[in-house]
Amino acid sequence: MFKRKKHSTFEAHIPLTKLFKKADGATKASYIIMGAANIANKQYLKGFIFLLLEISWVAWLFTTGLKAYHNMITLGTHAQGLVYDKKLGISVLKAGDNSMLLLLWGMLAVIITVLFILLYRANLGSARKIWELKQDGETLPTLKQDLASLLDEKMHVTLMAIPMTGVLFFTILPLIYMIAIAFTSYDHNHLPPKNLFSWVGFANFGNVISGQMANTFFPVLAWTLIWAVAATVTSFFFGVILAMMINAKGIKGKKVFRTIFILTMAIPAFISLLIMNNMFADGGLVNTLLINSGLIKTSLPFFTNPLFAKFTIIVVNLWIGIPATMLVTTGILQNQSEEQIEAAEIDGANKFQIFRSITFPQIVFVMAPSLIQQFIGNVNNFNVIYLLTGGGPANSNYYGAGSTDLLITWLYNLTLNTADYNLASVIGILIFILSATFSLIAYKKISNSGMEA
Amino acid sequence: MHSLKGVKRRNTMILYLLLTVMAIVWVVPILWIILTSFRGEGGAFVNYFWPKTYTFHNYVQLFTNSQYPFGRWFLNTLFVSIVSGFISTALVLAMAYSLSRLRFKLKGPFLKVALVLNMFPGFMAMFAIYYILKAAGLTQSLFALILVYVSGAGLGFYIQKGFFDTIPYSLDESAMLDGATKWQIFTKITLPLSKPIIVFTALTAFTGPWMDFIFAQVIMGDNVKNYTVAIGLYSMMTKETANSLFMSFAAGAVIIAIPITILFIVLQRFYVSGVTSGSVKG
Repeated sequence: MFKRKKHSTFEAHIPLTKLFKKADGATKASYIIMGAANIANKQYLKGFIFLLLEISWVAWLFTTGLKAYHNMITLGTHAQGLVYDKKLGISVLKAGDNSMLLLLWGMLAVIITVLFILLYRANLGSARKIWELKQDGETLPTLKQDLASLLDEKMHVTLMAIPMTGVLFFTILPLIYMIAIAFTSYDHNHLPPKNLFSWVGFANFGNVISGQMANTFFPVLAWTLIWAVAATVTSFFFGVILAMMINAKGIKGKKVFRTIFILTMAIPAFISLLIMNNMFADGGLVNTLLINSGLIKTSLPFFTNPLFAKFTIIVVNLWIGIPATMLVTTGILQNQSEEQIEAAEIDGANKFQIFRSITFPQIVFVMAPSLIQQFIGNVNNFNVIYLLTGGGPANSNYYGAGSTDLLITWLYNLTLNTADYNLASVIGILIFILSATFSLIAYKKISNSGMEA
Repeated sequence: MHSLKGVKRRNTMILYLLLTVMAIVWVVPILWIILTSFRGEGGAFVNYFWPKTYTFHNYVQLFTNSQYPFGRWFLNTLFVSIVSGFISTALVLAMAYSLSRLRFKLKGPFLKVALVLNMFPGFMAMFAIYYILKAAGLTQSLFALILVYVSGAGLGFYIQKGFFDTIPYSLDESAMLDGATKWQIFTKITLPLSKPIIVFTALTAFTGPWMDFIFAQVIMGDNVKNYTVAIGLYSMMTKETANSLFMSFAAGAVIIAIPITILFIVLQRFYVSGVTSGSVKG
């Protein structure tokens, strides 16, 4: 209803190359001296801001920018080492280049230049606007009108400026930095500031996919996928069943039951998981109670046997996952149209048939996007593994990972325990490719089936 | 005997039985942690459920042990969660509204880029963020923590955008005809209609700092006095201290869980409408 044709709401502009040929001197000057057109047309504040920012960028480029780019390419040439000091007559430790910082400054320099290019485009856009308004014989907006537009047609600029700055410095900058690390030799043998690291191209990817790391990568990947599918499907399935049970006709105290399960959602995951870790430990509550009751003779290896541990993780995760699904499903069930179900009942459908052909598809349809998100969330479910098993039991066939480690906890170990930052970055990029491919396919499937329905 | 009514009653009894068993499974861990927090004897592992002696000592110890200043951690967390909760809520709503209601050229591309950025595991960037904060001289401070929590707001707008998408556009149009600016439409029409989603956003933003023990740990390092409760409690559970401090840990867990649980129960209806309204549109 509200979908308008693309671009129809934006006026057609004259291309910037054409503008340069046709326009007057001040507009032409804007292609080199930013803000010239604004100043010539008495938009002084705007014009001088453009000009000042251009001057600062040029000054920055020649004082620090070019050097930052150069350093980013070499990643440092002087390693830290002993240098003979003639005055003292002994060798002293001299600080070398810090590859890590050089790379970080280099990335920052790239962002600064990208921002400058955007600013340059904005300057040309502004010059074009002035030229177009003058062509049409209209008056130019005053400073006051420009400022007022920030709360009206340009409100998105006002609303998005601060969050976008946050995204730039705390998401984009760290991400491109870490992506860059994947192509360097920044591992436990090349730790700055003691050692330099350098660019190595795709060598780390080769190492993970077909080299030494493949023996760890593929089993961990397989378990990650099994875990993510099992955790998502079981939580969803049992959550729906629980919601159906609570909402069944004739059950009293619906609210009490619902509240009991919802209560558990409010408890921070790190607390409930640490408690579970304690309860299922070899000397923990579950084992001692089972032994005391005579059901078992020796402790069950909930976390110490690799296969057993995997089952424990999936089952314990139900404790966290079921209430969330139950809560959302209840909302859907309460909004369900009674007429459709009554019609089906009149046609002689039994309860199971109604559930299978009406209720369940509706729930799946509404929850499909959140199921995709849950799957991605489970691929990256650090808490459950880290707090329950810590990746254990240990596995001597793996490098830096235990039997129940997911890719995400392996990534964590690679940075914190073994200091192989480049491998960690490769794993991060591979997790990204996995998540992106999966959601692309899944969302496409949903939107296709949505059209058929 | 086998009348329809009898079968129905039997089914209901089975349902009650199942629900009760499940309810017990869900309540036992919570009950156990509460009991443990009052337990006067033993350590992390005991071979019985009900404590033999009850005491408040674990709670007292939590507030008197200078090595683990829980009171200070609690205030730190409260401060961080209130400040970042307010700012995040404002920023998330601003982003969601812009991307749902306002028209601008880079909207389509931005939504795609945001989707891609969200696909990268957050942990990957964690260490880079640490070095950026360090370069800015901000590590180990509560301000850095607030900065990091707030900066996530720019990409966490999907549920809120889904909600704004469901508000009829005709309301905006009639206001526009009356000469209202976009800002007036946002503040006077859209926001008053968005109470559920505002509460939902504030709730998630406020509870975040109480649960994050890993990002906060990387930023705070060994600066114990600036810990939040999550890092603090987690730091009590190292191999050496887990046994002796387990009951105090349980007491701390109870203290954190109480405000969040109350908040959650009072606001749960907003939570449901928040999740479902966002997921309908994807």
